[in-house]
Amino acid sequence: MAFIEIDSLERTIGGNKILKGIDIELEKGGFLVLVGPSGCGKSTLLNAIAGLQQPTAGDIRIDGTSVVNLHPSKRDIAMVFQSYALYPNMTVGENIAFPLEMAGTPKENRTKEVGAVAKTLQIEHLLDRKPAQLSGGQRQRVAMARALVRKPRLFLFDEPLSNLDAKLRVEVRAEIKRLHQNTHATIIYVTHDQIEAMTLATKIVVMKDGIIQQAGTPSEIYNTPANMFVADFMGSPAMNMLPGTVTADGRGVALDAGAFTLPLATPLTPGRKVTLGLRAEAIGAGQSGFGVTLDLPVEIVEPTGSDLYLWLRLGKALVSARFPATVEQRPGAIQPVWLDLNRAVIFDTESRERIVGAAQEPALAAT
Amino acid sequence: MSAREMAISTAAGPARWSRVVIYGLLIVFALFYLTPLFVMLSTSFKTLDEIRSGNILALPAHPTADAWGKAWGSACIGVTCEGIKGYFWNSIKMVVPAVLISTVLGALNGYVLTKWRFPGHRIVFGMMLFACFIPFQSVLIPMARVLGILGLSNTTAGLVMVHVVYGLGFTTLFFRNYYDTFPTELIQSAQMDGAGFFTIFRRILLPSSAPIIVVTVIYQFTNIWNDFLFGVSFASGGSSPMTVALNNLVSSSTGVKEYNVDMAAAVIAALPTLIVYIVAGRYFMRGLMAGAIKG
Ligand SMILES: Nc1ncnc2c1ncn2[C@@H]1O[C@H](COP(=O)(O)OP(=O)(O)O)[C@@H](O)[C@H]1O
Ligand SMILES: [Mg+2]
Repeated sequence: MAFIEIDSLERTIGGNKILKGIDIELEKGGFLVLVGPSGCGKSTLLNAIAGLQQPTAGDIRIDGTSVVNLHPSKRDIAMVFQSYALYPNMTVGENIAFPLEMAGTPKENRTKEVGAVAKTLQIEHLLDRKPAQLSGGQRQRVAMARALVRKPRLFLFDEPLSNLDAKLRVEVRAEIKRLHQNTHATIIYVTHDQIEAMTLATKIVVMKDGIIQQAGTPSEIYNTPANMFVADFMGSPAMNMLPGTVTADGRGVALDAGAFTLPLATPLTPGRKVTLGLRAEAIGAGQSGFGVTLDLPVEIVEPTGSDLYLWLRLGKALVSARFPATVEQRPGAIQPVWLDLNRAVIFDTESRERIVGAAQEPALAAT
Repeated sequence: MSAREMAISTAAGPARWSRVVIYGLLIVFALFYLTPLFVMLSTSFKTLDEIRSGNILALPAHPTADAWGKAWGSACIGVTCEGIKGYFWNSIKMVVPAVLISTVLGALNGYVLTKWRFPGHRIVFGMMLFACFIPFQSVLIPMARVLGILGLSNTTAGLVMVHVVYGLGFTTLFFRNYYDTFPTELIQSAQMDGAGFFTIFRRILLPSSAPIIVVTVIYQFTNIWNDFLFGVSFASGGSSPMTVALNNLVSSSTGVKEYNVDMAAAVIAALPTLIVYIVAGRYFMRGLMAGAIKG
């Protein structure tokens, strides 16, 4: 039995099914990131867990007991809202102390606990200010402090970094990760940013249109996406997708993009329409295992500082390939590349699902 | 002069002229609106002889406050000759509770209609809005009947109730529109923190409501203080509000018309609303603006 269990949860608003049967399990101390495009129902799910919106069907259990009929304040859950939801008329100190005050904690204990949390988050010098006098990053910290001070059994974060600028986002992201490592809190975190999901999560749940597409560790999600949506949504640049038809002998894929046929590690039914997914790092300079070498013309050169991405012309398709930053290249040149087909993920073009058995873990592929 | 300077000066010329025109017009209108007040004030400080012989726009030659004293304490209204002071207090006793109760109830209604929505909340709000457009005259008889049944006829409490009921539509409208833009996440956050219905209202919502409270109080105060129809219909004799007494004073004084006393009484009657505007006017404008931008 997992610490958090969500069981075929549904929510319908005005005839629209927003959540269509969500099943999630999370162990105590886990960091679950719910990721998906805007409007897919992430906030709705989080609000259902918090008790702010009632599900129309299904169950939510924490530590073995159902909470769906409990008032939000009785669930022992704290939430950090996207807008931070700081009480504008109270000082930072009063904001952080508010949940303690509502719980009836005596004044001197409140002051002590607020001080301790403020110290952890380095906002001690802000305690007498009003929220309006804080920067975005400071408000974010105060919101986290107000959640932390309650020591709840579950933390909910709804896109907590989306209002911060890029640099601050990276900083606060690291801070949230550190907080999780130090406190071993159980966290459910919502974001539409796949990089946030990859960096923070111990478990990722990818959602689309109120349906879970895949749940797994970050490396499972990244290396063996369950379908073409997950493959496309997770990772930057997105996975290269090459549609084609399985050849007559079943051992290769003739690409729709042009006169290329790529060999298959595992034979498939001849004539089947499949899509071959290949990450940028599976196209590069190496030359080992199972794959092919192609000479492809360079169209775009994208240095990122740490890496060099080349956009190469493959028939009608454009594929991204990752090289070390030391490689020098210019548009128009011909670049020989190694396609590591052991790391290819094969999807059925029609159903858009991964063809089970066709793709392998990189670790397995190496053997 | 270079072409560039020409351009600047011709551009500045019309700007300056339009400024003159604007200020000129503003001054004219201000004078137009202030003239009655000036006449009232100057007349109230004149003696009856001077009023009869002099120019209506002239300043008092020998200013005297006798008329004010008489209006306040000894002018005859109906059969009693104790001035308007009793009625002034009647109005205060009516307006203070009526404004407070209708404002508090309006705030609670607005809170429920925006943050604790229930099935049919739209219909309830629609009906309250509709109440704003019911003309006074059409409710007089049913209201008199209700007051009779409740035993509140001819009492200040009855008048308070009438004004609260009639004002509720407006105060609810004000607060509903204001709270509609108040972030719901704050309410949800407070709920998760363990705050209940009234705690959220008192600790989170009310402290952020100053602008709309000011707007509502001014609006209600002005309307209730200046009301004549309800006052004359539902209160009589000693329990009449100021407006009714003023009417009786002006219309029923026998013998010579004491214009100076009438004017002094009228200014006294207008004073409270004037003070409310001066004290809270700044916030009034700000509140209206906030409402306009948000709502
Ligand atoms: N109160 C509501 N009434 C109707 N539709 C809603 C309401 N709240 C959310 N929705 C719809 O539910 C879907 C999911 O919303 P939400 O959970 O906020 O998405 P996300 O947080 O993933 O961006 C959206 O398509 C949105 O339009
Ligand atoms: Mg959302």
